[in-house]
Formats: sequence, structure tokens, C-alpha cells
Amino acid sequence: MVNELVQGILLGCYYALIACGLSFTFGVLRIINLAHGSIAVLGAFVVWTIAEQWNISPFLALVAVAPFMAAAGWVLQRTVLERSLRSGALTPLLSTFGLAIVIDNLLFSKFGADTRSMAPNIGDLAFASWNLPGGVTIGQLALLTAIVAVALLGGLQLFLARTPLGRAIRATAEDPDTAELVGIDSRKVYAAATAISMVTVAIAGTFLALRATFDPYAGSAQLIFAFEAIVIGGTGSLWGTLIGGIVLGVAQNLGSQISPQGFLIGGHLVFFAVLAARFFIAGRSPGSLVRSLRRTSP
Amino acid sequence: MAEPDVLVATGIVKRFNAFVAVADVDFRLGRDEAVGIVGPNGAGKTTLLNVLAGTYAPSAGTVHFNGTDVTGLDAASRNRLGIARTHQVPRPFANMTVFENVFVAASMGGELAGARAYDAAIESLRLCGMLELGNRRAETLGLLDRKGLELARALATDPKVLLLDEIGAGLTDAEAGELVAIIRGLRERGIAIVWIEHVLHVLLQIVERLVCMDAGAIIAEGAPDDVLANPAVIDAYLGSGVT
Repeated sequence: MVNELVQGILLGCYYALIACGLSFTFGVLRIINLAHGSIAVLGAFVVWTIAEQWNISPFLALVAVAPFMAAAGWVLQRTVLERSLRSGALTPLLSTFGLAIVIDNLLFSKFGADTRSMAPNIGDLAFASWNLPGGVTIGQLALLTAIVAVALLGGLQLFLARTPLGRAIRATAEDPDTAELVGIDSRKVYAAATAISMVTVAIAGTFLALRATFDPYAGSAQLIFAFEAIVIGGTGSLWGTLIGGIVLGVAQNLGSQISPQGFLIGGHLVFFAVLAARFFIAGRSPGSLVRSLRRTSP
Repeated sequence: MAEPDVLVATGIVKRFNAFVAVADVDFRLGRDEAVGIVGPNGAGKTTLLNVLAGTYAPSAGTVHFNGTDVTGLDAASRNRLGIARTHQVPRPFANMTVFENVFVAASMGGELAGARAYDAAIESLRLCGMLELGNRRAETLGLLDRKGLELARALATDPKVLLLDEIGAGLTDAEAGELVAIIRGLRERGIAIVWIEHVLHVLLQIVERLVCMDAGAIIAEGAPDDVLANPAVIDAYLGSGVT
């Protein structure tokens, strides 16, 4: 039981890591990025390609790829998202959905349908673990994932709270027109935020590839868990995303104790319970539900 | 005026599709000057202010600031040069603290770093009497304090020109009195002011020149008493029954 709890927490940190970029993008840009999972898988493929080609550690490859992901985020914002944002709330959903299809199929045509993993590239780390008293087993990679998740979410939270750019991002997230009136170039701030988000997605994709397998169409499965983590934790709050991820991971692991199918059902049940509770608390009107989901407090 | 005007708008036209909100308006603001803009609702006052601030690009005409053509610059660039504006309905960054609201303005609009941004933010809050409220979340403020924050935030960007949009609206006379005292303090610091206001007795305590707009055009301008006595102004704005 204790072990299941610990495994749930570790798994939850992984979900939070996957959800980090999605949460950040929604909190800042008010865009639900349906291409999030696909971009994570794209990041995984790029990191994998570089690690294989140059025979270097995936972590080193990730460091090399990060600036390019940031640049890609900047371009994505300026070419696709910015235009989409101007034409209403629905357009970003459509354009990122389209982007997901494009990325998935480009990956498919380039890499084929083979399932891959980067686990072989990191040697013992992929499966080594510590056995603690009480039957608790802690995988080294799982622990590393959890540390990276906490560091990334916490770092972003600090960045938003304490740095000039972070404050500019928060101000722009609340009211881009007013932000302009206090000298903030909201287009630049949006592009910078998307660049940051893309780097976190590349990190998430790398850890996805290290702990499991991935193929060109693996993105949407990642998107679902990321979504659930964010909704459980309250959208727009990065700490909330971490907590949401952990709640989801624990629910899944406890569910799997009850029944073999309980893993997914447990997670979905908690997700729906939280959603229903928010509905109820929000006075059962769709407008206030949206507001309650937008609990923005970085 | 011996010194050149700080803000000069020439031949401003602003159309929204077929609707002409501002039709060929010339507007000048001298250094240290305070100008009031009055007129009925829909006269194009706020649209003119938005064109001056850079929120709207004019359909025709130019805006010069300190002798430089800023017509092509957006609001953020103009703010960094020294044009700030406030909203009629205050729009604070609701989830940030009062201090953060002003601090982000000082660091971005005022282009100050670290301790200097901090000092500028504190000074702006002090001038607007908002210092004790610094750690409150902006969304918890009442209307007067929101207006004070709107002013403090604009001030923190170190403006040469301050554009005020009905900052006195909705306040009691006592509250408006506090506001007038603050704005008088800003004038003494050499900030030129353009102020749209319906509450005339508040406005007239500050401005030395009045511009009256109607249907997108300036129908009268000059000394406040002369403008308010102008039959066209009385007809368009005050209503002929008012003495």
C-alpha cells in the first residue's frame, strides 16, 4: 500500500512534467494547445535522433535541442498562434489540432510506425532502483523524473513571481492591451512564453522516451493525462498542476490495486469527480465554471 | 508658447468601417500644459485618446511626440518614450499585488532595472497615496483605490504626457478632491496632462485649456470659461436648458 502510494506520487510527478508546458501555455496565452502531446513526441524524436547519430547521452542531446525548440516556439507563436488568437477562442483549438495532425504524420513519414525507446541509451539508469524497508521500491529514473518535474514547475513559478520578464508575462496574461500601455510588448512576451513552453515540452518528451516507448502517434495519449492533471490541479497554476499530476498518479495506482482495469478508471474517476465538484461549487453555470477553472495565482 | 509642444496630432481621422469616430482633428499639447476634453458620449474623445496613446492606428493623420513622428509606433513603444494613459474603467492586473502592478510598469515602461525600478514603483505609490496598499491583491481594491492604482501604474512608467480617461467618474466629491490633489502634484512634476472628464467642476480645478468635441470633431477650444459659454458647446453638450 505504501509502495503503491509512492509509485503513484512518482508517476504523478511524471504527469506533471508532461503537463507543465500545457499548463504554462494555457495560463499565459489562454490557448489550449492540442498539439502539446505531438510536440512532446516530436521533441522525443529529435533528441533520440541526435543521441543516436552522435552517440551521446540523451540528456546532452536535450541540452543541444533546447535552443532550437525555443526558436521553434517563437516562430510558432508569431506565425500560427498569434493569428489564431486574434480570431476568437475556437480558432487556436482548431489550428493546434491541425498542427498535431501535421506533426504526427510528418513524424510517421520520416520515422515510420516503429515503436522506439531511449531507455537503452542511458544504461542502468533505465531500470536501477533502490529497495527501501517496507517493500518500497524507488526507481532511479522515476526519482530523477520527479526531481526534474518539481524543479521545472517550481523554477517556472519562481520565474513568473520574481523576474521582470516573469511579471511581464503575468501582466500580459491578464490583460494584453493594458500591458501594452505600461510599455510591455505583448507580442514579444507571448513569443518568449511560447519559447519557454516549447523547452519544457522537449524536456517532457525526453523523459517520455526514457521511461516508456514512443511512436509517431503517441502524442494524443500524453495529452489526455496532461489535461487531467491540469484540470484536477486548477488551470493556470503550476503548483496546482504538480498536485493534480500527483493526485492522478496516486488514483491510478490505487485503482490498479482494486482491479486490473482500475488503473485508467481510477484516474478518470478522480478527474470527473473534480470536474463535477467544480461545476457544483461554481453554481452550475458554464461561465462561472470557466472562471473557476482559471484559478490563476502563479 | 516659447517651447515646442510636447504632443502634436495633425489631421487625425479614425474610421471603424463606415463609422467615422474622429474626423480630421488637430490637437496640440504644450509642455507642462493640462488640457481637458469634454463632449457628449460618442463624440470621439476616447478614440482620440487611443490614437494619441497608440492603441489605435489613425486612418489618416500623424502624431508627433517631442518633435518625433510616432504615428507608426504601437502603444508599448510610445509608453516607453513617455506617453501613458489610464482607463475609464480601471483595468488593474487583478491577480498581481498593487506593488507588482506598479513595479512591472516601472521595469517595462520606465525601462528601469532592479533597485531603480523598485524605487520608482515606491515613489509612484507614495505620490498616489497607495503605499499602504502595496501588498494587497489588486482585485481586492475598491473603485477609488483602483483609480489610484491606475494612476500610480501610469506614473511609474515615467511619462512626460499623461492621458486620463474619465478618472473622476463614479467618485464622490471627497474622493474626487483627493484625486485632484494627486493630479495637481503630478503637474508640479512637469507632466503634461490630457484629461477627458464629464465631471466639470473636478476637471476645471486642473486644466487651463478646454477642448469640446462633438460627432468626431472639435467644435470649440480655448480658456474653459469661454468654451463653456460658447453657444455651440451649450447646444451640443450641456443642453440648452442648463445655465
